[in-house]
Amino acid sequence: MPAVSKGDGMRGLAVFISDIRNCKSKEAEIKRINKELANIRSKFKGDKALDGYSKKKYVCKLLFIFLLGHDIDFGHMEAVNLLSSNKYTEKQIGYLFISVLVNSNSDLIRLINNAIKNDLSSRNPTFMNLALHCIANVGSREMAEAFAADIPRILVAGDTMDSVKQSAALCLLRLNRTSPDLVPMGEWTSRVVHLLNDQHLGVVTAATSLITTLAQKNPEEFKTSVSLAVARLSRIVTSASTDLQDYTYYFVPAPWLSVKLLRLLQCYPPPEDAAIRGRLSECLETILNKAQEPPKSKKVQHSNAKNAVLFEAISLIIHHDSEPTLLVRACNQLGQFLQHRETNLRYLALESMCTLASSEFSHEAVKTHIETVINALKTERDVSVRQRAVDLLYAMCDRSNVQQIVAEMLNYLETADYSIREEIVLKVAILAEKYAVDYTWYVDTILNLIRIAGDYVSEEVWYRVIQIVINRDDVQGYAAKTVFEALQAPACHENLVKVGGYILGEFGNLIAGDPRSSPLVQFNLLHSKFHLCSVPSRALLLSTYIKFINLFPEVKGTIQEVLRSDSQLRNADVELQQRAVEYLRLSCIASTDILATVLEEMPPFPERESSILAKLKRKKGPGMVPDIEEGRKDKNVNGGMEPISTNATTKSTPSPSTDLLSLGSSPALSSAPPSSSAGGLLVDVFTENHAPAAPGVPMGPVADDNFSRFVCKNNGVLFENQLVQIGLKSEFRQNLGRMYIFFGNKTSTQFLNFSSSVICQDSLKTQLSIHIKPADPTVDGGAQLQQILNIECVSDFVEAPVLSIQFRYGGTLQNIAVKLPITLNKFFQPTEMTSQDFFQRWKQLSSPQQEVQKIFKAKHSMDTEVTKAKIIGFGVALLDRVDPNPSNFVGAGVIHTKTTQVGCLLRLEPNTQAQVGGPERVLACALACARCRAVPSPNASLSPSLFTDVPSHTTDKQGHCIAAAL
Amino acid sequence: MIGGLFIYNHKGEVLISRVYRDDIGRNAVDAFRVNVIHARQQVRSPVTNIARTSFFHVKRSNIWLAAVTKQNVNAAMVFEFLYKMCDVMTAYFGKISEENIKNNFVLIYELLDEILDFGYPQNSETGALKTFITQQGIKSQPQTKEEQSQITSQVTGQIGWRREGIKYRRNELFLDVLESVNLLMSPQGQVLSAHVSGRVVMKSYLSGMPECKFGMNDKIVIDKQGKGGATDDSGKSSGKQSIAIDDCTFHQCVRLSKFDSERSISFIPPDGEYELMRYRTTKDIILPFRVIPLVREVGRTKLEVKVVIKSNFKPSLLAQKIEVRIPTPLNTSGVQVICMKGKAKYKASENAIVWKIKRMAGMKESQISAEIELLPTNDKKKWARPPISMNFEVPFAPSGLKVRYLKVFEPKLNYSDHDVIKWVRYIGRSGIYETRC
Repeated sequence: MPAVSKGDGMRGLAVFISDIRNCKSKEAEIKRINKELANIRSKFKGDKALDGYSKKKYVCKLLFIFLLGHDIDFGHMEAVNLLSSNKYTEKQIGYLFISVLVNSNSDLIRLINNAIKNDLSSRNPTFMNLALHCIANVGSREMAEAFAADIPRILVAGDTMDSVKQSAALCLLRLNRTSPDLVPMGEWTSRVVHLLNDQHLGVVTAATSLITTLAQKNPEEFKTSVSLAVARLSRIVTSASTDLQDYTYYFVPAPWLSVKLLRLLQCYPPPEDAAIRGRLSECLETILNKAQEPPKSKKVQHSNAKNAVLFEAISLIIHHDSEPTLLVRACNQLGQFLQHRETNLRYLALESMCTLASSEFSHEAVKTHIETVINALKTERDVSVRQRAVDLLYAMCDRSNVQQIVAEMLNYLETADYSIREEIVLKVAILAEKYAVDYTWYVDTILNLIRIAGDYVSEEVWYRVIQIVINRDDVQGYAAKTVFEALQAPACHENLVKVGGYILGEFGNLIAGDPRSSPLVQFNLLHSKFHLCSVPSRALLLSTYIKFINLFPEVKGTIQEVLRSDSQLRNADVELQQRAVEYLRLSCIASTDILATVLEEMPPFPERESSILAKLKRKKGPGMVPDIEEGRKDKNVNGGMEPISTNATTKSTPSPSTDLLSLGSSPALSSAPPSSSAGGLLVDVFTENHAPAAPGVPMGPVADDNFSRFVCKNNGVLFENQLVQIGLKSEFRQNLGRMYIFFGNKTSTQFLNFSSSVICQDSLKTQLSIHIKPADPTVDGGAQLQQILNIECVSDFVEAPVLSIQFRYGGTLQNIAVKLPITLNKFFQPTEMTSQDFFQRWKQLSSPQQEVQKIFKAKHSMDTEVTKAKIIGFGVALLDRVDPNPSNFVGAGVIHTKTTQVGCLLRLEPNTQAQVGGPERVLACALACARCRAVPSPNASLSPSLFTDVPSHTTDKQGHCIAAAL
Repeated sequence: MIGGLFIYNHKGEVLISRVYRDDIGRNAVDAFRVNVIHARQQVRSPVTNIARTSFFHVKRSNIWLAAVTKQNVNAAMVFEFLYKMCDVMTAYFGKISEENIKNNFVLIYELLDEILDFGYPQNSETGALKTFITQQGIKSQPQTKEEQSQITSQVTGQIGWRREGIKYRRNELFLDVLESVNLLMSPQGQVLSAHVSGRVVMKSYLSGMPECKFGMNDKIVIDKQGKGGATDDSGKSSGKQSIAIDDCTFHQCVRLSKFDSERSISFIPPDGEYELMRYRTTKDIILPFRVIPLVREVGRTKLEVKVVIKSNFKPSLLAQKIEVRIPTPLNTSGVQVICMKGKAKYKASENAIVWKIKRMAGMKESQISAEIELLPTNDKKKWARPPISMNFEVPFAPSGLKVRYLKVFEPKLNYSDHDVIKWVRYIGRSGIYETRC
């Protein structure tokens, strides 16, 4: 045994490290490391046991080599041995090695856990701390499983040292973050809450972090913490800076604890107890007062600490949103910061003010700072601060100051950074629309917007201006005049040409009286821009021309000449060519009456939520947009814009650019809802769902957009909007099924009072029994919640159950109802049979109640593989080489319900000849249903239960139901 | 054209920096250091493009030579120049090392001025350079005008590599055939790939402007002569000894037109040492050594290795500097070696057993056996078993190349071919000589 008095400094290690540092090249370093590794290996292999010191030294060297980026595949055992040493340094190195190197699936995990357990139960506080730190550093699920029960016990035990309590609280916090389900709640919660009363401020700080996290999940259980937190906070706030010696940071008493307590209080509404409430207000007032006092130190740390507490207090005031005086004071305080020379403070002040602006109490107070904010927009050097200033201007805008703010924003837009231009454009467009008193002003503003930042004006913005102009008779003339004038500029943006083309096409007649804007002048003006535009804009202009023919018969000749020119009639672009040809023919053969009907003025658009707003929300995430829209959001019921198109164009142009005038989102699903007509679903199977639910559109009624997708598959995203995504994973066996529903919170804030239920319509209740397991009432921001549904099919059914969820997001209650894709075909079991069998049975099932036939046009060309996959996904067995016609598809299966089992046969007969030359084909699909008919016994060999067990159920209904479901 | 040339040490410090063109700035020096020398991942390509600037580098031990250009140059030319530069420096001060470069930096700048002009490579023939760039400092008496004009005419003339009026009392020449043999063999003794790359290096001390003619047992030449001789017997006998050369390159003094038409190698040699030709062969290689490995894994913690080497050449010849390198697994914790001949040692820093034998005669056999103890590890990865490699030096050409004649004609001076003393030496070395185990 070497002398123990070597001390903590490990000479060998120091020499090794200095050797490595002195290596001249990578190769030399690797050589040195190889040599050292061989040395350590021979030492560990050696028969005589190593003493603790050398073990520690070699483990340390291994750790160093590992941190240099080399693989270490031995020495773990030695590190584990170090854990049982009684020396602090050796234990420490052992724990260090394990936290860095040991992965959770190691064989040694049992030994490690044992060592940790020993240390946890030892009375030595340093050992306990080391063990707790190791648990927290590794933080794996296995660790949580092994120790989740012990740590709370240590935390609340009366005789635990303060430093251990601190570590235990933080360790528990870590485990709670990695595997929340394993950390038991319950009997110890109240005792944890009482840690807020602890003498030791370190313990209180650690406990506050823990409680805040736990309280976000279970606000109810930790409700008692509010009064304690308020008491603690008031003690800190009112204490003199010398009272809390160790915890006073640059003359600010316990700033970290204060901030954490204020955060904790933000998990709860304002306290109901008047006394507590008073005390809290007092605290907040004191904090606000302190901000006014002259600083006790010039050091930046002092002001940082002070401001941290102040900002947290302000966010609490904003969160409570109940004390007008406090809100106004907070606002004034922030106003002072707006002119502070510290950039960070200005940023924070602008950000907090943004949220203040949405409160009814302080909105007016915020508005008083408008000049400062505008000034910030102009002079601020930091782009992120300017961005906040724009946000704040947006938030503080209302009818009284809209003209000023919009003008300032437009001004700023000319010099704004490219990164935020698009957002400013959207904001200007929204503000202008929302608070416009005078629509001529609105039209001016948007045209200005296009002029200044045309590239950043998205489609939605100019769609919107057209919608508004069409819906308001009073501005149409003005708009036509303005766009006409704007178009006269030598260089104008393409978006302006589009707006101009559209508006003049509709309302050009309103200004045609003026000789300066006679029809021919209008046409020539537009046509002079024609060659500068992209294809979609040209297509739009062509539509304008045909509209001109209707509006002004006198320019018909000129326009026909233009349409007839080779550059139009033989344009390389199919869309343009087609439009030119069709419009030319239309103008030549149709009478004026027909022209007038076809090219009638567009009907007013239905009033809806502005699509621009939806876009802004999508862009920024809901958390970022001030909630001034909250009221409106709930009222919106329908989806995005419905397809609207000029009557002439949609007739026969299947190319994608027809969407040009169907302002907004993609066309709605044309397929009928599955339950409405028998056989509808079967057709749906072959319809690709081209229109995913438009994100950002809140859904009110039962959403079934994605429903038909699930007929043939079991997993996928059922529903998605900007807040939540609902995913499904399901499996079915015979008459039972299990469905996993995943609710994903897409926002950064928590959903509160989350609840979900499955609603079965009257008759469905008896046909389908569904058990839903209750889920957590909260869903964290960005987190996912899983819920399991057990389904039993009692008898056949037609309707689908509805999943209804409810939650509170940012104060408003959200309701979402989605049709659950549980259809009868999910309970199919595929059955194989031979060709002979199949047709024998097919012929037996001949009575009209047993058969359903549906003839429909395929929406897409038939791809054999896709169709096969669909049929298999549908649940039946795909029978190969059964039908004599190879192009037919044949399937068979048994539907299992609790009461009966019904065999089904299916044939799909694509008819490719039906429409010669056309891309569409006609499909015939027949479906036959077995029933309790006398069936010869040999057949029973296939699936005996199929034909013997069926009770005398009404067969016709059965067949019908299945057909309906299919 | 080359815009600049930098020489760095292993740390990336600049030892020599010579910029020829204005488009290369000082920042190019740093760009190369940051992006190549200090790159997080080793840069394997010898050409690197950084910000529209191309860096061509070669590495000699710990020294980096980098040529920099912004233009679209012929990369092969640049590398040829860099190699030539290395040769010139070696000829002047020996091994290229940091210390040598630091000690000779004046000389290097002088050389750079001479062999690269505005980025265009100039005469880089060591012999010629040595006539006017000397290491001894300034000569006491200034060179006469005659001498100067002689240098000028030589450097700019047709035969730039030799000056006129050289006189030796003894006309002597040395011919070295240096070959390196590369091999990859399967454990069963099957040759997976083998080739020889060789050089013919000549050192000549001849008077006047002699015309030389070099002959070797090249298959094409021998066959041609065989046909000329018209007797079947001669064709057979010579065919056995001739070798097939896959490709070859010559020193600039060799008349390529003559080689193309008659396949004869004739030239006026430079004075002093130079490389006459380089070649490569892949057929009928004499493998000087055969390695027979035997590796047995005894359980998880032990490995037994036995390696036999057999020399496969005439017993009268002696191989030298034999070194066999047997790789050991990464979790080796101890090694015991027994060998009959030479010395063997486990080198932990290289994860290998190195077995050295000073001398070994032909048609002999020697053996080593080792017991390797292993430490059980958590890793389930199997040991990859890298090949056993070998180094040696043998006094013959493994390709079978023979020098048939080297004739010297000097019509002006009165010495003939017989008066020249000629020395020929063959050295075969190992290149990458590996056997899988």
